[in-house]
Amino acid sequence: MGGSVMKPPVSRLAPVQWIRQNLFSTWYNTLLTLAVGWLLVTSVVPVFDWLIFGATFSGDGPGDCVGKGACWLFINQRLNFFIYGFYPDAEQWRVDIMFALLALSFVPQFIDRFPGRTWFGLFGLTGLPLCGYILIPGGWFGLEPVDSSKWGGLMLTLVIAYVGIIASLPIGVLLALGRRSEMPIIRGLCIVFIEVWRAVPLITVLFMASVMLPLFLPEGMNFEKLLRALIGITLWQSAYMAEVIRGGLQAIPRGQYEAASALGLGYWRRMGLVILPQALKLVIPGIVNTFIALFKDTTLVLIIGLFDVLGAVQSTVTDPAWQNVATEGYVFVAFCFWVFCFGISRYSQNLERKLDTGHKT
Amino acid sequence: MAEHNSATNAADIPSAAQHDAPDIIQVEGMHKWYGEFHVLRDLNLSVRRGERIVICGPSGSGKSTFIRCINRLEEHQQGKIIVDGVELTDDVRQIDSVRREVGMVFQHFNLFPHLTVLENCCLAPVWVRKVPRKEAEQTAMEYLERVKIPDQAHKYPGQLSGGQQQRVAIARALCMKPKIMLFDEPTSALDPEMIKEVLDVMIELAGSGMTMLCVTHEMGFAKTVADRVIFMDGGEIVEQGPPKAFFSNPREPRTQKFLEQILQH
Ligand SMILES: Nc1ncnc2c1ncn2[C@@H]1O[C@H](COP(=O)(O)OP(=O)(O)OP(=O)(O)O)[C@@H](O)[C@H]1O
Ligand SMILES: [Mg+2]
Repeated sequence: MGGSVMKPPVSRLAPVQWIRQNLFSTWYNTLLTLAVGWLLVTSVVPVFDWLIFGATFSGDGPGDCVGKGACWLFINQRLNFFIYGFYPDAEQWRVDIMFALLALSFVPQFIDRFPGRTWFGLFGLTGLPLCGYILIPGGWFGLEPVDSSKWGGLMLTLVIAYVGIIASLPIGVLLALGRRSEMPIIRGLCIVFIEVWRAVPLITVLFMASVMLPLFLPEGMNFEKLLRALIGITLWQSAYMAEVIRGGLQAIPRGQYEAASALGLGYWRRMGLVILPQALKLVIPGIVNTFIALFKDTTLVLIIGLFDVLGAVQSTVTDPAWQNVATEGYVFVAFCFWVFCFGISRYSQNLERKLDTGHKT
Repeated sequence: MAEHNSATNAADIPSAAQHDAPDIIQVEGMHKWYGEFHVLRDLNLSVRRGERIVICGPSGSGKSTFIRCINRLEEHQQGKIIVDGVELTDDVRQIDSVRREVGMVFQHFNLFPHLTVLENCCLAPVWVRKVPRKEAEQTAMEYLERVKIPDQAHKYPGQLSGGQQQRVAIARALCMKPKIMLFDEPTSALDPEMIKEVLDVMIELAGSGMTMLCVTHEMGFAKTVADRVIFMDGGEIVEQGPPKAFFSNPREPRTQKFLEQILQH
């Protein structure tokens, strides 16, 4: 090959050079660097001391937590409760299968070269909820029924968040389309629905679902508390979702609608094939934002007596046998939420990158 | 606007207009308002099968509005529009059946940016005409070859130049095998060197006997391919006639003024 191929200039500096240029270029920069370094050391070292080096990880009971550090032994011993709630031990394999399927659906999404990963993702959106519907409550195919009042912990958190996320997206899409419809009745209904649900705090929705709804329902038509909460959360979340998606619909230029119409595509094809794919792609960050918010809002089910992972932890940190394990408990909860929310966020970035076709019209 | 020399001239493209067959487009006493604003006033037009019509006129005269009424992207409030025997009314099925037979090319291309060139071309044949995907792709490749960009089939519109995008847009419309093609200023968003490549495609299309209605300021194109030139101003058809007569001795003062401006420019 000819020698005329030009490489872009390399702007990376050697580490030593970089340090000298950025951290120690003048006497006051040096001073600042040293001061910040000292602050970091004095604050980070104790944190790690507490988290890891001085922490107790295993043992038989509260008596073994003697070190200055965290008592992870507490989490360790209560892990079963934090993950499954009161779900019977003998049936927990059903939940484990669901965890495995969840991982199977979404872990491949982070590996670019994974063969057929789109199918795994599609399974996650369709097959997975179906499996959950059969496996977790049981009562089918000889599976022992497990009443939803026994569900709890991380598993309950995931059930609520997953149902909320999966169900609110399609409902949100329909509401958003409805709000932009040319038919006044449909538009009016969608506006009322969205504005009413969006204006109500989730706590109120949950209270209404668990306390007030049974008062209005006819005798004998009382369905489970969890189901009521799920419906409430889904509808509430759909209202938010609808507005996010409407933002995307509005950002699509009129020319796209016109080109699709001019080709003879009817309303649903126009929306499904041309407008929505573009609009949804545009608002992925907004959608993910609402998903993450919902994921954390699931903790509110605590107030209607459902024990999600936060509720499960909270109910045990006050156990007199263990002293001062509240911090450990809450750090554990924070970590659980962080893992999933960070996962959702990374996944969405992945998706955005994959869907980028290099042009905005 | 600049006139573009193309390889073809008027003598090479014999009129394909069929005089015996019934008219493919009939517009009778059509009016349209935008709110209080009377955009189109009493338009009457008959287009024969295979006829090629160029519509010109000053900005804001209602040219776009008029051709967009023909596939009901805009609705008219009075009068009749009959396209290939189907009258345009509120009936969605009739509108869709007209749109299947009428292709449209826009000033700003309006390709679907999330689909590749080939997918853009196959979308409507597959979902509207229910053509099997394989067959649709074959047809699409034929048309992409005809507009001379088969090598771009797997790119996204965002990766193409304006001229290439407009040629894809023409191919996309042709893939539906329409009976009529509408063009709304297909070259006015393009750089001069790209205008010619698009006009050449349109001239070739005109030679194939397609019924064409074309809003354009490319007077060279009008002289080369048009059977009839229509001049619109203030929402009315002011004058119409074969290009020779239209350009050499326009009757109406408004036409004369317009032509003076556009030709000396
Ligand atoms: N959606 C609309 N609402 C109100 N008025 C409109 C609308 N669209 C167009 N008009 C007006 O209708 C008139 C005709 O517009 P039209 O786009 O048909 O003109 P045109 O002849 O195509 O002009 P140009 O050469 O600039 O494209 C203009 O005065 C315009 O301002
Ligand atoms: Mg126009």
